Amino acid sequence: MTSPEHLLEIQHLTTRFHTEDGIVHAVNDVSYTLDEGDTLGIVGESGCGKSVHALSIMRLIQIPPGEIAAGEVRFRGQDLLKLNDDDMRKVRGAEIAMIFQDPMTSLNPVKTVGFQVMEALMLHEGMDKARARERTIELLDLVGIPEAAQRVDDYPHQFSGGMRQRVMIAMGLSCNPSILIADEPTTALDVTIQAQIIDLVKRLQQKFGMTVIWITHDLGVIAGLARRVNVMYAGRIIETGPVKDIYASPHHPYTVGLLGSLPSHGSRVSSRLFSIPGEPPDLIGLSPGCAFAPRCQYQTPRCWKETPPLEEVGVGHIAACWEKDAVRRV
Amino acid sequence: MAEALKTDSTKQALLHVENLKKYFPIKRGVFQQHVGDVKAVDGVSFDVYQGETLGLVGESGCGKTTTGRTIIRIYEPTSGHVIFKGRDLATLRSNEMRELRRSMQMIFQDPYASLNPRMSVLKIVGEPLEVFHVANKEERRERVANLLQLVGLDPDFMVRYPHEFSGGQRQRIGLARSLALNPELIICDEPISALDVSIQAQVVNLLEDLQEELGLTYIFIAHDLSMVRHISNRVAVMYLGKIVELTDRETLYANPLHPYTQALLSAIPVPDPTIEETRQRILLEGDLPSPAHPPKGCRFNTRCAHVQDICRQEEPAFIEVASNHFCACHFVTPTTT
Repeated sequence: MTSPEHLLEIQHLTTRFHTEDGIVHAVNDVSYTLDEGDTLGIVGESGCGKSVHALSIMRLIQIPPGEIAAGEVRFRGQDLLKLNDDDMRKVRGAEIAMIFQDPMTSLNPVKTVGFQVMEALMLHEGMDKARARERTIELLDLVGIPEAAQRVDDYPHQFSGGMRQRVMIAMGLSCNPSILIADEPTTALDVTIQAQIIDLVKRLQQKFGMTVIWITHDLGVIAGLARRVNVMYAGRIIETGPVKDIYASPHHPYTVGLLGSLPSHGSRVSSRLFSIPGEPPDLIGLSPGCAFAPRCQYQTPRCWKETPPLEEVGVGHIAACWEKDAVRRV
Repeated sequence: MAEALKTDSTKQALLHVENLKKYFPIKRGVFQQHVGDVKAVDGVSFDVYQGETLGLVGESGCGKTTTGRTIIRIYEPTSGHVIFKGRDLATLRSNEMRELRRSMQMIFQDPYASLNPRMSVLKIVGEPLEVFHVANKEERRERVANLLQLVGLDPDFMVRYPHEFSGGQRQRIGLARSLALNPELIICDEPISALDVSIQAQVVNLLEDLQEELGLTYIFIAHDLSMVRHISNRVAVMYLGKIVELTDRETLYANPLHPYTQALLSAIPVPDPTIEETRQRILLEGDLPSPAHPPKGCRFNTRCAHVQDICRQEEPAFIEVASNHFCACHFVTPTTT
């Protein structure tokens, strides 16, 4: 096997759901690469496909109704979509781990916190119970749970939201994964707790050299965390690039609108927020052409017919818009 | 600046809240013995001036929603006064309260749970008119059409049901309903938290337009400090059932005095990578204590970086430390400026 160029290489990933109302095109032709030690931010609003894309990488899409219709997910050169279930199980958790949005429901309420962390260690690392327990206490301590040795036998309801998310992170880290996918891990938490969790993930990443994919709708969180960012809309990546370039000179009208709709953070408080008219599209009857066209102030007849390709607009900065030159002039 | 403050003090208070408390009893055992209280709101005082927006911010469990609900008497206050246009709401009888409630309305956080799924939009928006017998069936229809137009919806939508609308549209329907009786004060309880970023801006702009057009007064309850900064004239910061700081928005964001306000503001992520790179965060240790057993003395003492012995013993008074700048901390002392 030739040595792979990237840690993770996603090509034309397409995920659909077959429902009674029709086919939901959740992820459409998503391609990107990720290198060792990178932090990639994925932003977009509800229903833009950011979570489904992550679940597709992990192969946690329920089939049926779901279907990974096309594409490749190459992890260290190996296509995860072609693995059998047993081999995939060895990747999941051990190589690529995922933490979820809602720490209230993603822990099992009838098992102790310690058991849930130990489970992965015994399964993937082949540790015996005593060793796994010892390691679990180390991990809980590492993620900042006070008196970890006592709290290891507590149940999830005895933990606060922030503490549960720390437990989830401990679970995610337990087998030293190469990639940690964090799916809106701080959305359900208060800002001061969110700041604690972000700080924790940053420190752990430095310590273990992990690669992190951080999925969120909060552009503020991404600004302080990611090096590169993918902006998604209606199941597609519509703009991607280094985080500073995206924030300083967005090229896609959706990214421009999204950044503009945030209240200003400087000393000046503007009188009126910019708002994107309309609503995100229904992913069932996606029409051809650019999915953002119905809400876009720059749209031309061409936008309604042809899907714009991702084209380079700067170093490593790519956007999919027919009218990006017009957008830039404003 | 000085002039703005001067006009502030002469402004008429539409709502005056004084030492408002709301305790929820904790009951245990077969005999439902009263074993303690969750002190959700524990003595808050503030004024809301005619035509302004007062932001009420804090983290979950700080009592901001309970404060809103107690003002409008969805919850019966445990003690304290709520004076609205000269009448004390806390002691009014229910039929008198009913009349006054016409001029105070509330919009809620969850646009999916706050509209009755079996009622058409006409029925939802027209219900307040029906309840108060202010219009017959024909007039009601016309008024609902006007209201829908006012909040940016197509009047033809009145025959539809809530499930046919998106979150942002539902929030507009809720707003149309709250406007039906021409209220003066609207308590907005996290009206945008459940909405997507691009829709949030639409709703906030609508709230601002309506305020200007109809001369409304808002209490805007939220945990999103950057949006509160945008919409509010003055902001009150709550922590464990108490207001710890209250002042106009420019002063609060430029010169926060209470250590909790400082930490809270520092925790907001700024959507600018260049600023984020160099910014120093104040990280708070630990979690919010339980409001059933708040810490003795200053309630923030368990998480405060500047904590001293006095903070664990004595509760700091909520005092005016500068003109129109109120703060409750032992180490913030009045200045003469």
